[in-house]
Amino acid sequence: MILDVERFLAAERPLWDELEGRLRRLEDDAAFRPGVADLRRLHYLYERASADLARLATFASQPEIRAHLESLVSRAYGEIHETRLTAARFAPWRYLTVTFPRAFRRRRAAFAAAIVCTVAGALFGGLALLLDDGARDTLLPFSHLQQHPGARVAEAEGAIADELKGSRTSFSAFLSTHNTRVAIFCLALGVTWGLGTAILLFANGVLLGAVVVDYVRAGQTPFLVGWLLPHGAVEIPAIVMAGQAGLALAGALIGWNDSEALRPRLRRVGPDLMALSAGIAVLLLWAGFVESFLSQYHEPVIPYAVKIAFGAVEMVGLILFLGLAGRRG
Amino acid sequence: MSRAATLTIRTPEGIVFSIPLAGPLSRFLALAIDLCCIGVGGGVIHIIVALIRPLDMDLAMAIATYLYFGLSIGYGMGMEWLWRGQTIGKRVMGLRVVDEQGLRLNPSQIVIRNLVRFVDLLPGLYCVGGVAAIFGRLGQRLGDLAAGTVVVRAARPLRPGLALVVAGKFNSLREIPHLEARLRQRVGPREASLALRAVLRRDELSPAARVDLFRAIAGHFRSLVEFPPEVTEGLGDEQYVRDVVDIVFRPRAAGALDRRPPVG
Repeated sequence: MILDVERFLAAERPLWDELEGRLRRLEDDAAFRPGVADLRRLHYLYERASADLARLATFASQPEIRAHLESLVSRAYGEIHETRLTAARFAPWRYLTVTFPRAFRRRRAAFAAAIVCTVAGALFGGLALLLDDGARDTLLPFSHLQQHPGARVAEAEGAIADELKGSRTSFSAFLSTHNTRVAIFCLALGVTWGLGTAILLFANGVLLGAVVVDYVRAGQTPFLVGWLLPHGAVEIPAIVMAGQAGLALAGALIGWNDSEALRPRLRRVGPDLMALSAGIAVLLLWAGFVESFLSQYHEPVIPYAVKIAFGAVEMVGLILFLGLAGRRG
Repeated sequence: MSRAATLTIRTPEGIVFSIPLAGPLSRFLALAIDLCCIGVGGGVIHIIVALIRPLDMDLAMAIATYLYFGLSIGYGMGMEWLWRGQTIGKRVMGLRVVDEQGLRLNPSQIVIRNLVRFVDLLPGLYCVGGVAAIFGRLGQRLGDLAAGTVVVRAARPLRPGLALVVAGKFNSLREIPHLEARLRQRVGPREASLALRAVLRRDELSPAARVDLFRAIAGHFRSLVEFPPEVTEGLGDEQYVRDVVDIVFRPRAAGALDRRPPVG
């Protein structure tokens, strides 16, 4: 028991003030990396403050001092006991070319589930349009899709003026940011135990399946592939990857076949979600650029074969990248 | 589920400490300040774009789109990373995002809690997040639940100015050391804190409320330890509480205590 509070305060307060100063420096500067001597001193001060707090706990009538010490100890505890690995310096290139593909491969089961949701939606959308042509307006709710494919192709191939002239860059920015918002939403809906993510992927698949069936049965397959593949080869996998991240989050929340508690499961999935988010954002930036600068131009401006070849190269490149990048080391 | 007022942590060293959780009102005010900051940021972007527009309209619009998007998505992430769990709004309101185990925030936690905000915002005005925070045990919105974070009050507790209030005055209760020691032993932290606050904030009370409050507190302390009439004679309720606060918060030096013979 502390019998002389004033003497106790006089002896310990300088150390608490020193601890406070060191903590403030750490908190105010995220890039600050203390040396070994600094860390040892911080640890000593933390242990000393903890011991003071324990001594005060036996002397109940010091609520203000106790609150002050609890504040100091809790801040120091957070700094000292954090053992999760964090890179000393963030290296964006390495993060995108090593961490991102590794996270993708670690969560391949969630990716497979996201593909299933999308393909199920595409089959549903395609079949619905084949079986009920009257549902076309419902399945293809956007104005540029409601036009008959033949008329759309004739209009696109016969266009003399460049409709996007003077607005290609801003259109690209709009597409990238819009698709990134959709991807974030798809990921975030994982918090609904994956139900929202699955519904969003399914709805995306319905639209895709209906568009494909609409153009194929109208005999406009080369136009469709030439139009969708250059940007879709990256954009569609990116949205599916956002679903993958959402389903991975849902998997951690639900914890099927996982003996770990909820908290450790969420801690384990967190870094992978962050890596997937970063990779998806870059992919969608590229997809928006390609959609604005390449996909919107058709024959005779750009031959479909060139566009399809470009899209195929992108797709193969993406598969190789996700499958092989970051395997070494 | 009942809402906890504090986040209690037990360290590996066996020390238990608690961090007060942020209330819904302070979080709402912090959010309002942050939205104002984003609005100001949007204004700055507008000025930048206006400067570029005469040179290239298309480029200016693209830059505006990216910057607005980056600001709306990245503000929370960037500030919480730079300021260890604080945005401007949270700093003004004395709040901080921390790991729910009291550890330092990890970058992935910051990213996840800010991305899941998209769901917390649904269907508008933070309805989903607000309901989750109000009914959750630790006041966590869905983003906090997914990231394993909580928002706590980060205000540094102040030390009481006790010496100015009670020091240097004669305290008749100290005349009987063994009863003084018994009183110190029996007074718990909550009641001691209450009495101290009453003494420190007496001038904020109306005269009638002050009389009632000190009568109630003094009555409680009298019931804990009964001092003989010779030391409490002529002692008003407020002075009695002051003397108790003096005893509880300012124990005498051990030597002085030993030199006095027991009385009564």
